[in-house]
Amino acid sequence: MIKFLIKGLLRDKSRSRVPIIVVAVGVMLTVFMNAYITGFMGDTIEMNARFSHGHLKVMTRAYAENMSQIPNDLALMNVEELLDELNEKMPRVLWAPRIQFGGLVDAPDELGETRSQGPAMGMGIDLLSGKTNEAERLNMEKSLVRGRMIQNPGESLLSEEFSQKLNVNPGDEVTLIGSTMNGAMTMYNFKVVGTVSFGTEAMDRGTIIADIEDAREALDMYDAAGELFGFLEEGFYDDEKAILLAEQFNMNYEGDSDDYTPVMKALSQQGSMGQYVTMADVWTIYISTIFVLAMALVLWNAGLLGGLRRYGEFGVRLAMGEEKSHVYRTLIYESVFIGIAGTVVGTAVGLGFAALVQKYGIDISGMMEGASMMFPTSIRTRITPTDYYIGFIPGLLSTVIGTMLAGIGIYKRKTSQLFKELEV
Amino acid sequence: MENNSIIRIKNLTKSFPMGKTQFTALRNINLILGKGEFTGLIGPSGSGKTTLLNIVGSLDSPTSGEAWVLDHSIGKLTAKQAAQLRKEKLGFIFQSYNLLAVHTVFENVEFPLLLLKMGASERKKMVMDALEWLGLTDKVKSKPPQLSGGECQRVAIARAMVKKPSLVLADEPTANLDAANSHHILKTMETLNRELKTTFLFATHDEKVIGYLHRKIYLLDGKVDRDERKVNSEK
Repeated sequence: MIKFLIKGLLRDKSRSRVPIIVVAVGVMLTVFMNAYITGFMGDTIEMNARFSHGHLKVMTRAYAENMSQIPNDLALMNVEELLDELNEKMPRVLWAPRIQFGGLVDAPDELGETRSQGPAMGMGIDLLSGKTNEAERLNMEKSLVRGRMIQNPGESLLSEEFSQKLNVNPGDEVTLIGSTMNGAMTMYNFKVVGTVSFGTEAMDRGTIIADIEDAREALDMYDAAGELFGFLEEGFYDDEKAILLAEQFNMNYEGDSDDYTPVMKALSQQGSMGQYVTMADVWTIYISTIFVLAMALVLWNAGLLGGLRRYGEFGVRLAMGEEKSHVYRTLIYESVFIGIAGTVVGTAVGLGFAALVQKYGIDISGMMEGASMMFPTSIRTRITPTDYYIGFIPGLLSTVIGTMLAGIGIYKRKTSQLFKELEV
Repeated sequence: MENNSIIRIKNLTKSFPMGKTQFTALRNINLILGKGEFTGLIGPSGSGKTTLLNIVGSLDSPTSGEAWVLDHSIGKLTAKQAAQLRKEKLGFIFQSYNLLAVHTVFENVEFPLLLLKMGASERKKMVMDALEWLGLTDKVKSKPPQLSGGECQRVAIARAMVKKPSLVLADEPTANLDAANSHHILKTMETLNRELKTTFLFATHDEKVIGYLHRKIYLLDGKVDRDERKVNSEK
């Protein structure tokens, strides 16, 4: 009997291949969408991580307490040694030192007199040592509006909006007027080699970017850095992992009460980012749940229709003397087979697509031109363990429930009624 | 129950709910059918012949009165017992054949034997015997869509006859066939009735079928109008 039913199932395309394809497509979309939503939400977090928070950040304890003021007088010292230690203890985290600073940018005329000046937010980034991939991480080449990237010491980039405000063009010289980490006044000349636009108001209003060694020289911060940014090797933020790493690091300095003791903070432990990470998680769950439910309804309906379509066949089988419970059971077994086969295929294909988009991304920078919000310019999916089983909810559960509901008709209707439906 | 009777119906009434009222399809039917009869329920559409056939086939149950089929009171059977009765003792032939399209002729005829959990070799022998009675041995591996209407109905008859049932119920078996095929099918059924002593009960209004019947029970508006037997009939 089992052989007979399997033969029927395999030969009847509308009972096997078509439902399997329908389930597989539904599951594939579910898996891909879940990975996409996780990736999209994650990308927004990633932007914040890349520009201002890192997945992890090491600072001195005092700096961390006054982080919003960027107090470079409380910066980390002996950074090379600390970096060596971090690289040894956490080899799967990519570390990069950064210095944030404030100051006045002065643009002189041909006589050397002030032509224009404005307050600037400065970023000292490791662009020339070759030890980090900060330029790539900040998507700087694609953010370049005019000129070229920093290639030599003494060069800087200005945000496009700022350069227009100061009427400064690539090739011009500007002077940064600020204070060193020791509180002394500093003036440092930079050659502007290009302008950038990151697509976010905060970054584009008044930014000057320089190589970290220039920033160190300008601010008397030799072998120092305000912050050490850590990025998880996987390329996306994992809150649990980041918090665990931070706890492990901080445990080494637990008994130390020195204000200059290094302290590590995960992204979610910095300012309001914790709330944002929680919100992103909740939204990811909401959106994924809505999509999974919608897909579940589609596949439920497919299971229901698949069962209803076969009432005639059930009528014949019942007339031949097959018991209702047996007909019902075989219908459920078939739907379980279809559900599992479709889900496995759909999950594999969905994960395949998601893996491709996770690796290569989809460039949407064209759509983001002129955007004032900090949005990612590339769509990337993010495969999480959930993606390996989420497809079973619509794929298996809904298909089987739909079939079970359709099959109830076998019990509810009189055999003669099924028999009549068969004649139609 | 009378010794030779296979079906005994006493004061049978069948009503269906129709909106807020009840529609009575069969009214106070009394009938007795003996073993080996070749009988037809004849009447126009709506006369109640298919309803009566369904009750005899344990696919439906009476509203009141009693229907005894092969010593089983249809109204008192559980769904499981009714299925058992159909599986072991009854064969069905439908107007539109109702063969399982994805299965071969052999597999379609084999299906009732699978339900009886027969061994493979016994099944094969019985299926081949049935196909031989119906002249279908060359169509064993064909599938229903590859067959003509007449061949399909012969497969349906083979499926009904393969387990050698005591009673075969045929609802308008020639409705979709041309005259030549109808006569061929009816002759085949008559031969099976004669040789295997299988009782046949038809529901029909087809003159071709009526001509072959040994007993004709005319139904009109849910009641037995008249009951005629062929003078030279064997029964």
